[in-house]
Amino acid sequence: MIPSLPRPLWLRTATAVYLIAFLAFLFLPLIVVAVFAFNDAPYPAPPWHGFTLDWFLGNAALGRIGLFADRELLGSIGTSCIVAACVTVLSALVGTTNAFLIERGRFPGKQALSIMMLAPLVIPGVILGISILAFASRIAEFADDAFGLELDFLRPGLPLVVLGQFSYIATIATLTISARLRRFDRTLEEAALNLGATRPAVLRTILLPYLRPALLGSAAISFLMSFADFNTTLMLVGADTPLTVMMYGRMREGATPVLNAVSLFLMIASAILALTLLRRRAAPRANPAP
Amino acid sequence: MLKAASDSRWHGRLALGLLLAPALLWLGALIVLPHVDLAVLSFRERVGPREYVASLAQYRTFFAEPLYWHVFVRTAVMSVIATFLTLLLALPIAWIIAKLARGRAGSLLFIVCLIPFWVSETVRTLGWMILLRESGVLPALLVKLGITAVPVELLYRDATILVGLVYTSLLFMVVPLVSSLESLDNSLIEAAYDLGAGGFSILRSIVIPHAAPGITAGCIVVFMLTLGNYLTPTLLGGKNSQWFTEQIYTQFITRFNWEQGAAFGFLLLALSTALVILGLRLSGQRFGDVMSRT
Repeated sequence: MIPSLPRPLWLRTATAVYLIAFLAFLFLPLIVVAVFAFNDAPYPAPPWHGFTLDWFLGNAALGRIGLFADRELLGSIGTSCIVAACVTVLSALVGTTNAFLIERGRFPGKQALSIMMLAPLVIPGVILGISILAFASRIAEFADDAFGLELDFLRPGLPLVVLGQFSYIATIATLTISARLRRFDRTLEEAALNLGATRPAVLRTILLPYLRPALLGSAAISFLMSFADFNTTLMLVGADTPLTVMMYGRMREGATPVLNAVSLFLMIASAILALTLLRRRAAPRANPAP
Repeated sequence: MLKAASDSRWHGRLALGLLLAPALLWLGALIVLPHVDLAVLSFRERVGPREYVASLAQYRTFFAEPLYWHVFVRTAVMSVIATFLTLLLALPIAWIIAKLARGRAGSLLFIVCLIPFWVSETVRTLGWMILLRESGVLPALLVKLGITAVPVELLYRDATILVGLVYTSLLFMVVPLVSSLESLDNSLIEAAYDLGAGGFSILRSIVIPHAAPGITAGCIVVFMLTLGNYLTPTLLGGKNSQWFTEQIYTQFITRFNWEQGAAFGFLLLALSTALVILGLRLSGQRFGDVMSRT
């Protein structure tokens, strides 16, 4: 019931109980991950053995490999960052051209094309992964048979991981950027053209600054989604494993709290990213696009 | 003048071509062609080294081998249950955010609900594993409270998989629900109340019909994501998970039987597409409208 109507006591109590239970459900998994990063025991499990920073700072000499000494884990964070950076740049570029194409272009089949652009979101990630894997191998084999070319980048590995993630993250970038372009006041552009500005100048001085918030927002989302992607990556991964796949492998074996340490690290990083993004969105009036 | 006009038309064409190229390259090379290739792959059979014939053998195997289609049906049913549970759990919180919380409290609560989903699914699943495994937090708590004598294994059960799936899906249900409930005019509810309607009939004849687009959007997205999930079922369900994406992985990566894997992939895609279309039909909505809500 809404606040303007009388609500019986039992309903208000039930609402409060539900809300508390819901928030507990939401945050309990994250809290235990964070807490057990500091437990002085070889496994992330109760009971509590006391506080330690071993799982961050430990090294082979201490008998415990902490996050900052775990080369494998640090390497996989690096791999994830490289992949995410490539996916972010690609998605921002293609997302921008797509936004102009959909919002400004006039050509037959535009409706069909814009619906096609949504398709990657409704295809399960695993299937995106295997279809790209199979197609890339076919091209690689064809090149090998026909021209004797060794196209290594079409074999499972980071280039394919980037393409696999980009295949659906591009849709999200397109949606974000075209949503902002749609609200653009075209008289600004016409005024600039009337005053003698060239098209490239209009793009550089008016359109791109206007799109900046959407570009930054979609870049942040792309980076995060790429970093967190598991399904598509798992199918395309080669020798270099990104963080999610590495964590998955270790979780199956039963890992030390170093995984909690890296998770806490991820939580803090994404919280910072989320807060900056929300703050930007909360104050769009304070600094309007120039 | 004429020359200038044709010049600008030519420029327009050039610009259109330049804008079309990335889109066509992306959709053609990464979506359309790979799926055509996957279809071709699924309709052939290996008869010798590098020798293939067109056949339906892969699909025949799927129906002939009970394990395969059992897992398929199980995945579908579990996904439907998970979607329904997610809706049930998300509706009250969406109502609180959209209607009950006043002023900033509502948007603050909304942000709080979104926070866990900024962290990757791997981290959240790690949390559930620490909570639920035999040596984990909840079994220890149950022993301490005297409910069980020894720690019980809470992982590797169907219920656990459902908890994990509902947890991962919540965000995708809460967001469309909140946006569709926010647009519901409070005076409609007040009018119904003044005319003597009870809570349940208000819910049934005013709230649900109004929120139907949001409910459909949320259900479609949650169902799709659940069906295609790999991480949560395999980690929380272990060997008992029997999730269909796991079968695809086994065929493709472990056994290197790409033809079989491709057929499985297509069956999963067909199921997910069929349910999306069914959902849209039942609620009379268009694909584009639904996607723009999420």
